[in-house]
Amino acid sequence: MKSRHVVRERSVARGVAGLILALLLAPVLAMISSGAANAVDTLCLPSPDKGCIAGTIRTEDGPLADVKLTITDEAGTATEVTTSDTGKWNFQADTEGTYVVKVDESSLPKDLDVATGTVTVVTKFGVTKPGLLTIRTANYSDSTSKADELVQSTVNGLRLGLLLALASVGLSLIYGTTGLSNFAHAEQVTLGGILGYFLINQHGLGLWFGGLVVVLLCAFTGWFQDRVLWQPLRRRGLGLTQMMIVTIGLSLALQYVYQYTVGARTVRVVQDNPSVRSIGPVTITNQSIVAMVISVIVLAAVGYALLRTRIGRATRAVSDNPALASASGIDTDRVIRLVWIVAMGLAGLSGLLYALVTNGIKWDSGLQILLLLFAAVTLGGLGTAFGALVGAIVIGLVVELSPVLGMPGDFKYATALLILILLLLVRPQGLLGKPQRIG
Amino acid sequence: MDTIQFILNGMMREALSPQTAAVAIAVIGLNIHFGFTGLLNMGQSGFMLLGAYGFAISIWHGLPMIVGVLFGFGAAFIFALVLGAPTLKLRGDYLAIVTISAAEIIRYVGRSALLVDFTGSAQGIPGSQYRTPFANLSFFGSGQFTLIPFNYTDVADGAAWVRIIGWLVAIAVIVLIVLRFRSGGAFRGIAQAAGMVGLLVFGLLLLFFLFPVPQQSTGVNGWWVRFVAWILVAVSTLVVYLLVRSPWGRLLRGIREDEDAVRSLGKNVFSIKMQALIIGGLFGALGGIVYVLPASVQPDSMGRSLTFFCYTALLLGGAATIFGPVLGSVLFFAARIGIKYTAAAYVPDSIMNNQQTEQFSYIVVGVALMLIVIFRPQGILGNKRELRFNV
Repeated sequence: MKSRHVVRERSVARGVAGLILALLLAPVLAMISSGAANAVDTLCLPSPDKGCIAGTIRTEDGPLADVKLTITDEAGTATEVTTSDTGKWNFQADTEGTYVVKVDESSLPKDLDVATGTVTVVTKFGVTKPGLLTIRTANYSDSTSKADELVQSTVNGLRLGLLLALASVGLSLIYGTTGLSNFAHAEQVTLGGILGYFLINQHGLGLWFGGLVVVLLCAFTGWFQDRVLWQPLRRRGLGLTQMMIVTIGLSLALQYVYQYTVGARTVRVVQDNPSVRSIGPVTITNQSIVAMVISVIVLAAVGYALLRTRIGRATRAVSDNPALASASGIDTDRVIRLVWIVAMGLAGLSGLLYALVTNGIKWDSGLQILLLLFAAVTLGGLGTAFGALVGAIVIGLVVELSPVLGMPGDFKYATALLILILLLLVRPQGLLGKPQRIG
Repeated sequence: MDTIQFILNGMMREALSPQTAAVAIAVIGLNIHFGFTGLLNMGQSGFMLLGAYGFAISIWHGLPMIVGVLFGFGAAFIFALVLGAPTLKLRGDYLAIVTISAAEIIRYVGRSALLVDFTGSAQGIPGSQYRTPFANLSFFGSGQFTLIPFNYTDVADGAAWVRIIGWLVAIAVIVLIVLRFRSGGAFRGIAQAAGMVGLLVFGLLLLFFLFPVPQQSTGVNGWWVRFVAWILVAVSTLVVYLLVRSPWGRLLRGIREDEDAVRSLGKNVFSIKMQALIIGGLFGALGGIVYVLPASVQPDSMGRSLTFFCYTALLLGGAATIFGPVLGSVLFFAARIGIKYTAAAYVPDSIMNNQQTEQFSYIVVGVALMLIVIFRPQGILGNKRELRFNV
């Protein structure tokens, strides 16, 4: 008995050592693979003795290249800058003071309406000040009807909800089968987007094939994590609180690994701007439509597997009562391993789609939606996969609809979290949870 | 040699910095929650941010400093009540999710452009708006001084052997202190206690001798704010020491070990948990006030990461111990700076640039947190038997 214990300790040590090695090597590997950096526009970087003014000239149809701007300082010296292919422009201010930025209307394409053509900017050393110029297409009207706005936001909300659902179903399954609140789940979402950037953007894999590889790689990280970390820790009998803190440590380490490899900038999975289509009052990118369809199909497949297949029934049995499931001949370790694989694959898919529909991913993108994931899972009922689905859709809708319904835009995430807290007051087991789950 | 001296000096400066002291105070509060009562408060940074806002906004709008401090405490008090009421009767995970969400709500609200006149939105409140009353209290005068004027450069011109011997002695003293603490008999009997205090004072003086830190006397980030911050750490430690020795403190541990047993003795578990949440939260608010004194109130610098750093510091030092939070915070910040400077000094720029050394140090922090919890959940000073807590 004692020797077995020693073996377990060793296997934990080996597993953890392997994971740490992987974590520490990740930056190096990623650096080797990242290759040449993207061509960036010549940038003005603020320093202690110079300031910057920057902005983007775009209409609601897209950015405008080669637009000329005249920037005049207090002494009356005028400098001309031109916008880049992405509509971006910037200007280096060598003195602190007032600068007047004026758009040269003759350099604009025809049929445009200049809403704000001149703007005054006060520069300060060490910071980049925005120069906000508003240019619109001639037939633009900014008074969309409330109903149209509502429909558009509902679609956006559904889109966000479906993406959240992909990630939160996995989070909920992990919680159900192991009791663990996985704080590193958000980093798995980010991982999907960042792997997408490396494979599809940097290495030129096709979007569909590359996406498949990303999901498979993410699923592999699930297998790997459970193999080297979670299973040994479970066998060792580490308490759930401690395990949760381990996930926090993992989350911190992963966040900074991402920041180390791609920096603090936003990276994109595909370079070109997505094409947009209008269906009735709704304007939506093609990518979003495809992402929503994929989410629905995948979620339906997961739901089918949980309800109708043997392994799905086994998963639900383990969720309900691990001891009883194990006693009736279910290999709980195998089920949990599978849950980790599926959950991480789904999280990776969610991150990839998120990066595609929101035009890029950052090291902390996952972190920003982590609380929405937890809110979704708790709202639906901790540990119930279908509850997580419902919860995610509700949270997605709340986030997108609350600004339309009068909440200030800054508070859209706060509203979702507030609703979570209020719901816990009246129905702590969540929407679909069974009351006896509360201890 | 000089590089090592530079790295160690940097670590010393960071270990002494008022923000380290501020985090230590917040961790002392977290220790009441997590270490002694077993409450999984994931929103300590929310308490800190509220304390900082209460303090800074009041002074900014012309109220006296003492009112600002009271407002900070008041905000944290109400926050604890609001959070505790719905969740303390539920399972522990709920408190974790609600506290982390609520702390984020505070941060989102603080960042909101609507409240720019109060919170300065995402830019925050610059320190110059609220620092003056505190700096005016200073009796340190102006100018600059080093804590003890006598340092290693005065012995044999700071030759290498002086420093190496000094470092070895310092390491020996620190190990001795930690061993005495761990054996548990550190303060048993007057002779023991006196020996311990003597050892601590000697260790500190030795460190100041080896790593002189010149600072402004008052200034924005000078000795005055350090002095006050560390006095507050000492007072907080003493308060917690007295609290957990009291019958009330035994109740806390009883709740952590077995809530139902305490309830069956006729105690009101909910009310005691609430008291613990409030008291720990007030320490959090105090930590927040100290945290922003030498800097500015930045909502984004007091987000989830800060809570996670608090947990790392707490678990490093040892949860449910008296000195664990202080030791953990000092070690956490000093070690992080040490890693960063070492990586910057010895790893060539082509492999790891300056910004990446910063990120590398945080990767190490994350990995260290995992390792501590897996292999040494009781931390440096803790007692393994005390830490079988579970939610």
